Amino acid sequence: MKGYYGEFGGRYVPETLIAALDELEAAYRKYKDDPDFNKELDSYLSDYVGRETPLYYAERLTKELGGAKIYLKREDLNHTGAHKVNNTIGQILLAKRMGKERIIAETGAGQHGVATATAAAIFDLDCEIYMGLEDIERQSLNVFRMRLLGAEVVPVTSGSQTLKDATNEAIRDWVTNVEHTHYIIGSVVGPHPYPEIVRDFQAVIGEEAREQILELEGKLPDYLVACVGGGSNAIGLFHPFFADDEVNFVGVEAAGRGLETGEHAASLTAGSTGVLHGAMSYILQDDYGQIIPAHSISAGLDYPGVGPEHSYYQDSQRAEYVAVTDEEALEGFQLLSEVEGIIPALESAHAVAYLRELAPQLDSEQIIIFNLSGRGDKDVQAIAKELEVEL
Amino acid sequence: MNRIEKKFGELALEDETAFIPYITAGDPSLEATEALVEQLAESGADMIELGVPYSDPLADGPTIQQASQRALQAGTDLDGIFNLVARLREKTEIPLILMGYYNSFYKYGFEKIVAKAEEVGVDGLIIPDLPPEESEKLEELKEGKLATIFLLASTSDIERIKLVNQASRGFIYCVSLTGVTGARSELAPNLTEFLTRVRNYSELPLAVGFGISTSEQAAQVAKHAEGVVVGSAIIDRIKDNLDNREAMLAEVGKLVKELKDAIR
Repeated sequence: MKGYYGEFGGRYVPETLIAALDELEAAYRKYKDDPDFNKELDSYLSDYVGRETPLYYAERLTKELGGAKIYLKREDLNHTGAHKVNNTIGQILLAKRMGKERIIAETGAGQHGVATATAAAIFDLDCEIYMGLEDIERQSLNVFRMRLLGAEVVPVTSGSQTLKDATNEAIRDWVTNVEHTHYIIGSVVGPHPYPEIVRDFQAVIGEEAREQILELEGKLPDYLVACVGGGSNAIGLFHPFFADDEVNFVGVEAAGRGLETGEHAASLTAGSTGVLHGAMSYILQDDYGQIIPAHSISAGLDYPGVGPEHSYYQDSQRAEYVAVTDEEALEGFQLLSEVEGIIPALESAHAVAYLRELAPQLDSEQIIIFNLSGRGDKDVQAIAKELEVEL
Repeated sequence: MNRIEKKFGELALEDETAFIPYITAGDPSLEATEALVEQLAESGADMIELGVPYSDPLADGPTIQQASQRALQAGTDLDGIFNLVARLREKTEIPLILMGYYNSFYKYGFEKIVAKAEEVGVDGLIIPDLPPEESEKLEELKEGKLATIFLLASTSDIERIKLVNQASRGFIYCVSLTGVTGARSELAPNLTEFLTRVRNYSELPLAVGFGISTSEQAAQVAKHAEGVVVGSAIIDRIKDNLDNREAMLAEVGKLVKELKDAIR
């Protein structure tokens, strides 16, 4: 069926949006393989974003953990500090070609908001970013960055005041202003064709990594490890390796205060199937289908759903999904900072925490590629507070 | 024939437009909803939409979002709503339509919902985030007792009008504007044109909703449609009288009578 990954995906949206999704899909099909479009995209990715990003052998981390060789895909080195910009540049080029004058987006940690505001700035489009009030408070630096970039940050006070509610509000805006507005969804979630479009723009991560590891090691990796909120950095790394059966995929979700407490964001590990934001996928919900607010120390993972393609990967056992707690993520954050001199985003720190478990189980001939999806500058203040350090 | 179809048949003979109020079930309590439904029926409503409160109502504006929150805080769930309908069916034959988001129905189990709805006397289902192409199961229902009411918007093209017409039973819900639910000061300028376009491909009654709050707007819409839906304006009256049941019923009754008179 159209827009499905197994039984997941689809377009569970109000009728008003169907025409806009059709329009977006038609534009995407038209430009996806268009040489001029791709030339423009590639030139922005290289000259503006700074791609390709290095695949860095983390020798000290490898030694520290003992076991498999660990490589870091350095998405933290992208302009704006995370992988999010790969998607926003691609979508803004599409929006331009569709003649849209206004851009909206939702954001959790603020990384997607910053990446969207950045893309809107260089293409001179009006830009409004929806952000939950709770996230605005814990990510004040990114809020200021978005405003510096000329975007309007709209505080969302409904529901749990986090990413889920910011997404609701962005969809409501889109329903209202659909004729001249393009909605840049920041992850591989939402109604078809969004999960596919965002995946394809993020697949540059895995395409580069595949070539780089073959160049460096002459063989494919044994494991790919990435954190999963909505799941865009993970899909971006995994997808180009989909047909390589010998490459194992591990997605690391946020277990928050612990899966047993119910305060987590582990939709795949501890959720059930249902519809959120236009797609059938694994979500966090109660017995009556009411969405349960997620919890994670990391605003970027604090989402009670996940991209439909991950749900398909889980059910078909193409990927394995695990969850690590807030506390473990903090340890991962400190570990990478101390051992490699790289301060990771709190989101990525979840995957670092899992490396401590995975790497020692493997032998030194084996290879792990870990997607370092973003840098942690934005989290430093929040972490200081968490560690009870006065700045 | 189901109660909705029967009602539209009767109204057609009188050349009258149906007035269809929307309230959220359980706002502020299921007991209040029970009294409100009786009040709505008495004041001139021809059929009633009962909203199933949902945590993430993305087609709704602030008024209905807050009504949903009040209902959820009061502990409203689908089982409670089915019990309410069963109680109402001992007192009234007014057509009752459940309007809710797909995940509520999906999680409860679709077969179970349908069986339960038919058993207690629900007449139709409106699921604003379930377009016909995602709803094979709902289409199978066309043979059953429940009316399956799909939505059309001014952005829907001819192909979609045909698809929705084919999947719908009872009436088609035409969304008057591009946007979420909630009172607006003006009707959409292209509304008549949109309804004419739908009319060319459908013989089903057309009910228009979203954004209609005043008697003037209702009267204008009634010239071109078989049904007028008003939600947020009624919920505002409920919200303004949360502590006084008698005043709540009186205010809601007064508004509904005005609106029905305007389209009669």
